[in-house]
Amino acid sequence: MSALIEVDNLVMDYQGVRAVDGVSFAIERGSCFGLLGPNGAGKTTTVEILEGIKQPTSGTLSYKGAPLDASFHHEAGIMFQSTALQEFITARETLLMFQRFYSRSMSIDELISACSLETFLDRDTRKLSGGQRQRLLLAIALINDPEVVFLDEPTTGLDPQARRNIWELVRTIKARGKTVLLTTHYMEEAYELCDEILIMDRGRIIAEGSPDALLAEHFSDVVLQLPREDFTEAAQSLALTVYRGNETVDILTCTVTDTVKQLLAAGVSLDRLRVRSRTLDDLFLELTGKELRP
Amino acid sequence: MSLKRLLAVFLARNKEFLRDRAAMGWNLVFPVLIVAGFAFAFTGEPTPLYKVGVFGSNPGNGFFATDHVQFIAMDELAPAITKVERHQVDLLLDTASRRYWVNESSPRGYVLEKILLGSAQGEYTKQVVSGRQIRYVDWLIPGVIGMNIMFSALYGVGYVIVRYRKNGVLKRLKATPLSAIEFLTAQVFSRLWLIIAVAMVVFFGTNLFVDFAMYGSYLTLFLVFAVGAFCMISMGLVIAARLASEELAEGLLNLISWPMMFLSGVWFSLEGANPLMQQFAKIFPLTHMIAAARAVMFDGATLAGVMPQLLLLAAMSAVFLAVGAMLFRWQ
Repeated sequence: MSALIEVDNLVMDYQGVRAVDGVSFAIERGSCFGLLGPNGAGKTTTVEILEGIKQPTSGTLSYKGAPLDASFHHEAGIMFQSTALQEFITARETLLMFQRFYSRSMSIDELISACSLETFLDRDTRKLSGGQRQRLLLAIALINDPEVVFLDEPTTGLDPQARRNIWELVRTIKARGKTVLLTTHYMEEAYELCDEILIMDRGRIIAEGSPDALLAEHFSDVVLQLPREDFTEAAQSLALTVYRGNETVDILTCTVTDTVKQLLAAGVSLDRLRVRSRTLDDLFLELTGKELRP
Repeated sequence: MSLKRLLAVFLARNKEFLRDRAAMGWNLVFPVLIVAGFAFAFTGEPTPLYKVGVFGSNPGNGFFATDHVQFIAMDELAPAITKVERHQVDLLLDTASRRYWVNESSPRGYVLEKILLGSAQGEYTKQVVSGRQIRYVDWLIPGVIGMNIMFSALYGVGYVIVRYRKNGVLKRLKATPLSAIEFLTAQVFSRLWLIIAVAMVVFFGTNLFVDFAMYGSYLTLFLVFAVGAFCMISMGLVIAARLASEELAEGLLNLISWPMMFLSGVWFSLEGANPLMQQFAKIFPLTHMIAAARAVMFDGATLAGVMPQLLLLAAMSAVFLAVGAMLFRWQ
């Protein structure tokens, strides 16, 4: 694969704050690239620079090896984090309006089918549910049959069914050979969809790689989880790395067999023991900290 | 500029307006209610004050010293005669040629004629004119339509674009090949035709029950309203160029529209007003649009007659458009 988008030393100052601080990365053609980070990390600013919506303070950005120009808008599909649509017009009319903006486009029928819009095509955009609205916005992002699709938190606020529906659509987009740039707060979503992820914090990149490679790089242990009441007093004196939650106790270990033997020796019942691998959630919290962000 | 993209935004904006029944209804009902209210309020006899136009020197004695009669100096004879035809002046005297004009259907003209003839003012030759009275409600029609155009233009473009900017519609459009000039042109023309259509409905609709005077060309009047509407839409674009706060936009629009409504001659003539206020009122496009519309409707002014106002409105439009386009930001 070759790089479709390359970013070099991108800097964005905004009202006296450095929102993006010397960011460099490349997005491979045909991949799904995830941009993660806590609130205020600079990911939306970075994405809006890539979308051509904002101009960086400094740094370079290239698309297909050349600087962005007016033709980029013909080849990019964008689904913003929050987009209002013109009111009093239907989903179909909205699609037709956006279709007319582009020199090339997908057929409306194909989009309707791909994004499952059939049931609300003639409904006023004000009267769509959250999931319907996101599917329509995704269809709008795809209407010009784009080379690259930017999805900024596409499933925020959706129920699990609607979220999984969007995931399927993203997989379909990727299967068509399109490049996807996804920002999300849901680590499970990033793990499910992304070939490569980049984690930002305070305007800088703090980790980059495939989800599995990042997990392997940062964690060698697994988590043994027990109900709090099963964790006996004797067990509490064991030399283990333990995190106590309200209802459960997490034990981090690289040697599961030895740890299990120690727990049994301390009289701990393992009937309700659960074992899980480390997740992107763990990695995210490890890298960005657990304190609440404004 | 792509006509296809422009047309896409134009059509979407049209649908948005036409389907917003509350806004659409208000645009139609508001001016009709005002006209109906004034028609009801002013159907009675007006204040019994006689008006006599004097062309030439006013001797100031005899008939010219009659109480309860207002003597108004006239600089030109032809427009003064028109005022007699329209019942705006009850009697006209030319003191040099010793002639007087009276409208044969004017009761007040009849009374004044009797006073004149009984005042031993000397021999005056009678000249008879005819024509219907311009009632206050007639006079009000162009003002109310102009006011409706002003509100519809300023709020329909200014407020709506600010709302689009605030809720992210503009940001989404910016991410497409649509250019700013295509977007703005579509907004202007969408609002322009809708305003003109609404103005026509109000004009002909109110005429059904008010039956107001119309002495000029409908085409010229159409042009006056179209150029005036275009000018005020352009003014709305200046307000909408950068603001992202609906509250601030509303404040600014009120700051412009309310003085314009009261000082542009919508409700009362500025003829007797303070000269400074008269001069100040000329900065408003509405003043020129209403003056031109009244000239067409009540004086029968031709296109050439209202050309100064049309050129002024066109010049104002050019300035507003240039400033609006220069300042415009999607976000």
